[in-house]
Formats: sequence, C-alpha cells, structure tokens
Amino acid sequence: MSLVIKVGLASCGLAAGAGEVYDAIQKHIKKNKIDAELKKTACIGMCFVEPLVEIYEEEKKSITYGDVTPENVGDIIDAFSKGKPIEENVIISNILKGSENKTFKKQKRIVLRNCGIIDPISINDYLEKDGYSALEKSIKNMSREEIIDEIKNSGLRGRGGAGFPTGLKWQFAYNAQNDKKYIVCNADEGDPGAFMDRSVLEGDPHSVIEGMIIGAYAIGADEGYIYCRAEYPLAIKHLNIAIEQATKKGYIGNKIFGTDFNFELHIKEGAGAFVCGEETALMASIEGKRGMPTIRPPFPAQSGLWGKPTNINNVETFANIAWIILNGAKEYAKYGTEKSKGTKVFALAGKIKNSGLIEVPMGMSLRDVIYDVGGGMKTERPFKGVQLGGPSGGCLPAELLDTIVDYDSINKTGAIMGSGGMVVMDTSSCMVDIAKFFLNFTQNESCGKCTFCRVGTKRMLEILTRISEGNGKMEDLDTLEELSENIKKGSLCGLGQTAPNPVLTTLKYFREEYIAHIKDKKCPAGVCTALIKYEIIEDKCIGCTVCAMKCPVNCISGERKQVHKIDQNVCIKCGACYDACKFDAIKKG
Amino acid sequence: MKYKTEIDIAINKFVGKKGALIPLLQNAQDIEGYLSKEIMSYVSEKTGIKLAHIYGVATFYTMFRLKPQGKHIIRVCKGTACHVSNANSIMNEVNNHLNLSGKEDTTKDGNFTVMSVACLGCCSLAPVIMVDDNTYGKLTPDSIGKILKKYE
Ligand SMILES: Cc1cc2nc3c(=O)[nH]c(=O)nc-3n(C[C@H](O)[C@H](O)[C@H](O)COP(=O)(O)O)c2cc1C
Ligand code: SF4
Ligand code: SF4
Ligand code: SF4
Ligand code: FES
Ligand code: FES
Repeated sequence: MSLVIKVGLASCGLAAGAGEVYDAIQKHIKKNKIDAELKKTACIGMCFVEPLVEIYEEEKKSITYGDVTPENVGDIIDAFSKGKPIEENVIISNILKGSENKTFKKQKRIVLRNCGIIDPISINDYLEKDGYSALEKSIKNMSREEIIDEIKNSGLRGRGGAGFPTGLKWQFAYNAQNDKKYIVCNADEGDPGAFMDRSVLEGDPHSVIEGMIIGAYAIGADEGYIYCRAEYPLAIKHLNIAIEQATKKGYIGNKIFGTDFNFELHIKEGAGAFVCGEETALMASIEGKRGMPTIRPPFPAQSGLWGKPTNINNVETFANIAWIILNGAKEYAKYGTEKSKGTKVFALAGKIKNSGLIEVPMGMSLRDVIYDVGGGMKTERPFKGVQLGGPSGGCLPAELLDTIVDYDSINKTGAIMGSGGMVVMDTSSCMVDIAKFFLNFTQNESCGKCTFCRVGTKRMLEILTRISEGNGKMEDLDTLEELSENIKKGSLCGLGQTAPNPVLTTLKYFREEYIAHIKDKKCPAGVCTALIKYEIIEDKCIGCTVCAMKCPVNCISGERKQVHKIDQNVCIKCGACYDACKFDAIKKG
Repeated sequence: MKYKTEIDIAINKFVGKKGALIPLLQNAQDIEGYLSKEIMSYVSEKTGIKLAHIYGVATFYTMFRLKPQGKHIIRVCKGTACHVSNANSIMNEVNNHLNLSGKEDTTKDGNFTVMSVACLGCCSLAPVIMVDDNTYGKLTPDSIGKILKKYE
C-alpha cells in the first residue's frame, strides 16, 4: 500500500518554512523510491507548530507532525514506512498520543470542514467531499423561497461582525424588484490580528464560491464580486484558480445545471483602507471610487453596487451555506445558543499557546476557548486580558472569562464578537498602550467624512498619549468618556461608532492602570517608554560590552571589564540592551 | 514618457470596464513601483477620468505610493498580535540595521523601503515581517540582519 503525505502550504506554513520541507520530501521519496503520494493542503489551524506534515496509509491511521524540518522529515517518513512511527512532535493522530488530540476534539468544524484536509486548488478534492452538491440540490430540488427559509431557520447570523440574520438579509435582496442584482463577498478582513477569512480562502476557496452561487440563485443575482484585501496574495491566487475550475465544470457561467440561471464572478483587490470593509464603502471601492461610507437607507438590498440591489456577506458566512443546505437547518441549529446558532471560527493570537485557527460551537465560555482549546498561556506570565473584535471591540479581564461566546453575551461586556480575532495578553501588555494602539489605528483609518470621528478620535489619541507619557490628569478620564459618547452618536458608520470601545472597555476593567500612569507616573507593565528607565546595576555588570554594541544610539559607555553606564539623556528606551545582557545587569523600572 | 508602451497596455486592458480605475492604477504602479504625477496625468488624458478624481483615489488608499520606492519593500507588521509581541523592537532593529532614522523610509542606495502594515495574516507567528513576497515570522531583533542580508 502506498503512503499519502500532506504538507500544509498556507501563508503561515510557508513563512515557517513548509516550502523547503515539501521540497525535501519530494527529493527523499524520489531518491529512496518510496511509494508515496505527496499532496499539498492548507491551514489546519495548528499554525503554532508549523511546518505541519500529515502522513498515513489509511486515513483512519494518520499522524500529523509539527515543527517538521527538511532535516528530520526523511526520518519521519522512513520510520512510518517501517511501521514504527516516530512518537515525538506528534500533534494530532488517531493512533498515537498527539499533543493536541484533546484540544482538537473540542472543536466542531463546519466552516473549516475541509481546511487542512483537501488540496485547495483541486476541484476534485472538493467534489469528493460533497462539493457543489449543495448547489445542485438548491437548483434542482429547491425553490428560491425554500433556500431562503432554510437559511433563516438555521439561525445563521452574519460573521463579518454585526451578526445580522443572513436569511433575512437574503429575503430583502430577494424582495427587491430589479432585473439586475449583485452578490458580494466581503473578504477585506481588516481587523489587525485576525486571519480567519485568509485561512478559509486559502484552504477551501470553493466552499465560499459555492455559498455565493447558492446565494445568487436564491436572491436572483447574476453577477458577483469577491472583494479581497491585497495583502493576501495566496488567497487571491487560490480564488482565481477555483473560479476558473468552477467555470470549466459549469457551476459558474450560463445555464447552470441546465436551467436558465446564469452567474459570473469577479475578484476585486482592495487597495489598503480599513474603512473599505464597511459595506457601503466597499461598494464605492468596487466602483473605482474613494471608499467612503454613505448613509443608509437606502440599504444595499435596495440600492447597492451601481445602484442595483446587492447582498453582501462575509467569507465565513458564505462558507456555512453549503453545509446548511446539505445537512439541514435543524442540524445546524443544534449547535449554539438560543440566539446565536452554529459555530464560530476564531483566530487565536498573542500570548496563547496554541495560536492558530479554531472553530467551536457558540456558547462555549471564553475560558474554555482560551484554556481548553487554545492550550492556555504561552509564557510564564499570567493572563491579563483578551481583546475581542479588534478596533471595534474591547479588552476583557480575567473576571469575565466565564462569559460565553454568543453575540448578545459578548455585547453586554462592552466588547463585540467581531469577526473572530482573539488576541490574548499577559502582564507584559499595558492596557493604556493597547487603547492608544487602537485609537491610533482608527484615527489613521477614519475616512474623514464625519467631524466627530475625524477630530474626536484625534483628541482622544492626544489624551491617551499624554497619559502614557505621565502628563495626564484625572479629569482626562472623564473627558475620554465624554468624547466617546459623542463620537458614538455623531458618526455615520461603524468605524466611528465603535472606535471608542477599546478605550471604554479598558477604562471600565483596567481603570487602576490608567490611574497608575496619571498619579504615580508609572507604567506597571513597563511598556510606556516615557515612564520607564533602563539602568545598569553596578554590582552585576561584568563589562562584557555586549549592551554597548547593541545600543542603536551608542549611549552606553564603559571600558571592557569595567562597569558600563547608560546616558539617560540620549537613551531612546528601545530595550535592546536589556534583552542582550546575559548577566541580568540591566534593570527596567 | 518612460514606460509609455507598458502604461498603454495597462490602460487598454481596462478601458471601458466598470470600476476599472483602481486595478488600472495598481497595474500602472507595478510598472515603475510608484505613481508619478506624469503617469497620473497620462492616465487621465487617455481615459478621460478627471485628474482630481485620480489623485483623490491615489491618496485615499495606502497601497498607492506617490514617491519612488526602494528595490525591495520591507513591511513590518504592526497589527495587534505583533504589537503585543514586541513589533516595536523589530521596527527599531530594521531601521537601525539600514541606518534609517525612522523619518525617511528609503535607504540612500535605493535598495530598501520600509513601511509598517496593519496585519499580514500570519499572527500566529508574531512578530512578522514581509520582504517583497516572502514572510518571516517568530522574529527577534537578532534575526533581522540575517534576513535582510539575502536582499542586500
Ligand atoms: C469599519 C468597518 C470595517 C468592516 N470590516 C469588515 C471586514 O473586513 N469583513 C467583513 O466581513 N465585514 C466587515 N465589516 C462589516 C460589514 O460592513 C458588513 O456588515 C458585513 O460584511 C456583512 O456581512 P455578514 O452579514 O455576512 O456579516 C466592517 C464594518 C465596518 C463598519
Ligand atoms: S464614522 Fe468615520 S470612517 Fe465612518 S464615515 Fe464617518 S468619518 Fe468616515
Ligand atoms: S551586557 Fe550586561 S554585563 Fe555586559 S556590559 Fe552590558 S550591562 Fe554589563
Ligand atoms: S534602551 Fe536602547 S537606547 Fe537605551 S541604552 Fe538600552 S539599547 Fe541604548
Ligand atoms: S496556516 Fe498553517 S496551520 Fe494555519
Ligand atoms: S498582527 Fe502581525 S501578522 Fe497579524
């Protein structure tokens, strides 16, 4: 029997060196005449132990190895062929003890059903996993109303952030009377620290395309756009290939399944503007204009792209559709809570051990997501907070870890579910700095149309900067809250309306940290550079000169074997010396 | 004008298509690495799109560059995951290594341009940088020199 060897070649796999591992395997099996089929796949979600290689004779007895190198992969294959697989670095396996067997089992993979399993650019792989049979079922056996009802009954809500019921949105677009309608996939994924959509597009592009075609059929659209951020070249490449394949097979084009349903699909690359993730701005951008949001109503369902009725959904929303059509609304609604059905994909990042992509049923607690599925903290330092929802979201403290993952429960805390970015922080992060970080981001990305969003965020950023430099006053905290309320009320689009959230949540849950900056002029986490100082401890310094060589501004002086000294007037507080000293002779305070 | 034929090809590819301005400008930028005033005026002249509109679009999107660029582009990620994983020290080291003060972004020899970006989608490997089309993750300031050497 021959072996199957799969290598994960998604963006972060490639960044971790999976391309070299692939080449090494190819060479090894050729040289040793090993009977093996070498396959490419994408992201299985265990990005923290990339490069990943799966190996099996029968799929039921497979082993996935992590941290594979071009040097050790030959041994892994040889040992497996001899029936004595290596037991180190096993991540997931159904025959050996894998370090992540348990965490993997806690997931429920609907959106990610094929990610990391199939070759994303092989339509045959997708077809073998029942690909396009939901499309066939929809067109041949269901009326357009039945499809929309099925999606409504599933309880699926939009995964792009706002959580609007998808079936209802489709109903609005269906109701619009017009001979031309559009369907659009929002793949702009602007939340810095989130990569769910990237992984789905790279790993299973057909699932998104199939969802879009079903949606187009249901609402009566004959043309679609996928708006993908240009920072995702591999996703764009896979989408292009997938569209071409689907067109060849007749799932895109004229007379699909012999009916009079026609559909064409285009890709538009973004040009780097976070606000273009907002639906009206996104449509303006597709039309070739500056991506400025416009007032709703009219909603896209009435007047969207080029004034025609348009339905916009997120990547993950579309990736759910085919599964729901095939398995039924009831089966989908089994997962989740009363008002948030199904599963949610999260991108775990920051100081969490298993950083990568996971999919869990709604209703799981944040604690279980972070500690059970995510493996807990990566560093020795304790958990401090988790950021949900990116620039529109908030930071939640340890006391709120029992909050469950569902739209309404998370909203109650002042954060938002958002698109699924979850950045875990330990005590080395400063919450004033985090608030400043997000405000800086939104302030840069504000399109400038509304005064409150443009000027208000700037004022808030000035205040936060002042606080982080030790020049804040207690009244500043009230001003921040006041400005927040005004910006929320006076902004046209979601960017401005939610921009204060990172500040409000940190003020609410980490207020004492703001006070430490203002009253004690101290940054407890040691992050805000104006409030910290690096000093050499005379008793410990042995004069090895390493720090002096590292210092970018040459402000450390001292002869070899003599105690060194930092010129505080010149020091830019980069911390390079602190990291470099092997004798713990530099203190940060 | 330099690259007239290439620009003409790009214009012809998109002429008459709806919503073509942004992909057209992306194409034009790829030719010379940035959008010069000359190119924008030429595109305006050839397509009949007002120069003010073209300029408005070019300045709105961060992807468009109005100044000449280095041969290699270094994108330092400053997204949330990278920020909490000490992306600042990576940026400092890149600038330090290339003798850039942080005010100017292109090296004197025109070999590198440094920019910060808001997330490269490889947050699991934070902190991350991208040089041209290659992504490097799990960085420490010490790893920068070795990576940049490949492009020197
Ligand atoms: C500033 C801003 C940025 C947004 N960015 C995205 C994004 O990157 N991806 C996305 O799917 N939705 C984004 N949205 C939400 C969209 O406007 C829209 O609600 C969503 O695409 C609808 O799809 P859904 O119903 O499937 O969630 C953003 C909204 C705002 C206000
Ligand atoms: S809220 Fe901000 S980003 Fe949104 S339209 Fe107004 S100025 Fe532009
Ligand atoms: S690296 Fe440490 S021990 Fe060496 S000179 Fe600097 S402070 Fe002293
Ligand atoms: S913190 Fe940076 S600038 Fe200051 S002394 Fe250390 S290496 Fe030099
Ligand atoms: S990109 Fe490789 S496992 Fe996520
Ligand atoms: S935050 Fe740096 S890659 Fe996402």
